[in-house]
Amino acid sequence: MEKDRGHPNRLGIWGWIGGGSWGPDRYLYTLHRITGLGLLFYFVVHIFVTSSRAIGQSAWEESMMRVTGPLFVLGEYLVFVAVAFHAINGVRLVFAELGLGIGKPIEPIYPYRTCLDDQRPWAIGALLLIVALVVVGALDFFVWH
Amino acid sequence: MSNGKVPEQIVFRIRRFAPGRDMEPVWKDYTIAYEAGMTVLDGLWKVKESIDPTLAWRASCRMGVCGSCGMLINGKAGLGCNTQISELATSVVTVAPLSNFPIVRDLVPDLRPLFDAHTALSPYIIRSDSSEQEEPTGEYYQSAEEMESYLQFSYCIKCACCMAACPTCATDPIYSGPVALAQAHRYNTDTRDDGFEARKDVLAGEAGPWRCHFAGECSRVCPKGVDPAKAIQLMKRQLVADALGLRKKRLPAELAKKPDGIERRPDIPEAPAPTV
Amino acid sequence: MRDQKLWTWHLAAGVIILFLLGLHMAIMHLDALLGIFNPAGGHPIDWANVVARGQSLAFTTTYILLLGTALFHGLYGLRNILFELDPAPPLKKALSWVLILVGVGLFIFGTWAAWVGYQVASQA
Ligand code: HEM
Ligand code: HEM
Ligand code: SF4
Ligand code: SF4
Ligand code: FES
Repeated sequence: MEKDRGHPNRLGIWGWIGGGSWGPDRYLYTLHRITGLGLLFYFVVHIFVTSSRAIGQSAWEESMMRVTGPLFVLGEYLVFVAVAFHAINGVRLVFAELGLGIGKPIEPIYPYRTCLDDQRPWAIGALLLIVALVVVGALDFFVWH
Repeated sequence: MSNGKVPEQIVFRIRRFAPGRDMEPVWKDYTIAYEAGMTVLDGLWKVKESIDPTLAWRASCRMGVCGSCGMLINGKAGLGCNTQISELATSVVTVAPLSNFPIVRDLVPDLRPLFDAHTALSPYIIRSDSSEQEEPTGEYYQSAEEMESYLQFSYCIKCACCMAACPTCATDPIYSGPVALAQAHRYNTDTRDDGFEARKDVLAGEAGPWRCHFAGECSRVCPKGVDPAKAIQLMKRQLVADALGLRKKRLPAELAKKPDGIERRPDIPEAPAPTV
Repeated sequence: MRDQKLWTWHLAAGVIILFLLGLHMAIMHLDALLGIFNPAGGHPIDWANVVARGQSLAFTTTYILLLGTALFHGLYGLRNILFELDPAPPLKKALSWVLILVGVGLFIFGTWAAWVGYQVASQA
């Protein structure tokens, strides 16, 4: 086939991050993916760490000893931030991917309006909510304790 | 928007690739004189006529209708013929072939993956009354509101700009992509169509809309305002409802009733006999 | 199983996780603000608090539910991402099986931990 003589020209993973028109929805997609993977990784470790409570108080306290210190506090805060982002943006996605908040099909008249314009207020609202959670979380993690 | 301050000389930085000769695409610069109203496609013509006749690209209608001239202009997918150089507001215009498709030569992408995905989703009206479709005795009824539920998606010119911008298309050749999915949805929602179950064979699997994560790039670059991301999310809604047994089933539209009690005026000639 | 069904459950799981993990986060990380389900005071991960929650059958069952939904949601999401990298079909099959086995294994282990933890807490 001529295909073999041509050049494949696929963007590859680079295309997951950029390479389109660099719209804000692209960054939300990338962050959703990164936070999802980060949470999954944390969760698997978490299952092992918290399982020590089945053995008893000393095993639990020993495993909790192993995950103390400023680095772990920061790590747990990042998990909290990841949950805040993935959860709130996830709710937005659940609605959007079920066709809610993206507008009805319209007559395309220039300058074109797209579902991204209908989505924008929801995305901004979600981001504000995330920021609020991140701030309250920071106070709870680092100030009120 | 034009601010009237376009430089007199424009550098076209074009990604060249000749199969058999080049291993990798290379950037080449061509300087041409700017003329008022010049589109990127006009600029390519100027380069070909006055500097390098071997430059290859694909275009036909030069008015945003045929879908031939999709290319990456300053890194963004768009039509060469409806992009004004003045609106780019740069003195260097980079032009590259659409990403995520094999390069045939220079700016010519091999769009077969798009057309294969499109064909696989049966982009036409599917019905069981094939005799009526072959030998029509009338028109299928459709209201104006029913038409509006898919009309926007039917403006697609298959230019492939959306697939060059889509993050999933950047790695996954099995994903049908925004063109084929938007067209499948266009037919699925057409009240004259009865092909939902047939298309579901493809849509329910790996080629379906599940690989779309609403990054929205397709809708952002579409030069025709088709908004494929909207079509894909509406399609997911239908398929999720179907998976839960909640999809509203409908029968395909029937033949429109002919008005009763109206005499045909004798001076109106009969329609000519069908030619195909 | 086809993606139409799996993805529908992926979304549904996301909604369930939202509530359960939202509560979990509120207990663990908004304790200074809300102070819920930490009867012994102090830090939410102090043994006394873990025991207090662990004695409750409701907590135990919702933890098992969160365990299952989050494993399915996360591992299916991972599978989606891996499949987008276009692995060869035999590799896809192998990946699916590995993810299923990892998911089932972790679910059994986590359920064991939650259940035995419930009994340990009830005796404490
Ligand atoms: C808090 C409630 C959560 C909600 C509402 C939620 C929602 C979602 C949604 C809607 C998607 C699909 C997005 C798309 O179409 O690309 C998704 C993907 C994903 N989620 Fe969650 N999720 C939640 C929690 C979690 C947790 C706890 C984990 C980790 C164990 C996780 C891991 C993932 C992964 C790995 C993906 C795939 C990301 C991708 O394909 O880009 N999610 N989530
Ligand atoms: C970084 C913040 C987190 C902290 C401090 C934390 C703390 C804990 C603690 C102390 C337990 C033991 C049960 C109890 O005392 O009530 C537990 C169990 C559990 N956590 Fe978390 N958690 C965190 C994040 C998460 C996340 C992100 C998830 C979900 C993806 C999660 C899911 C679970 C599940 C399913 C269990 C029960 C595990 C089992 O029974 O095997 N946690 N967590
Ligand atoms: S949806 Fe838009 S960008 Fe995609 S092929 Fe059709 S017209 Fe081109
Ligand atoms: S909305 Fe979906 S189809 Fe469109 S660019 Fe994004 S991932 Fe691709
Ligand atoms: S030449 Fe036909 S769309 Fe540009």
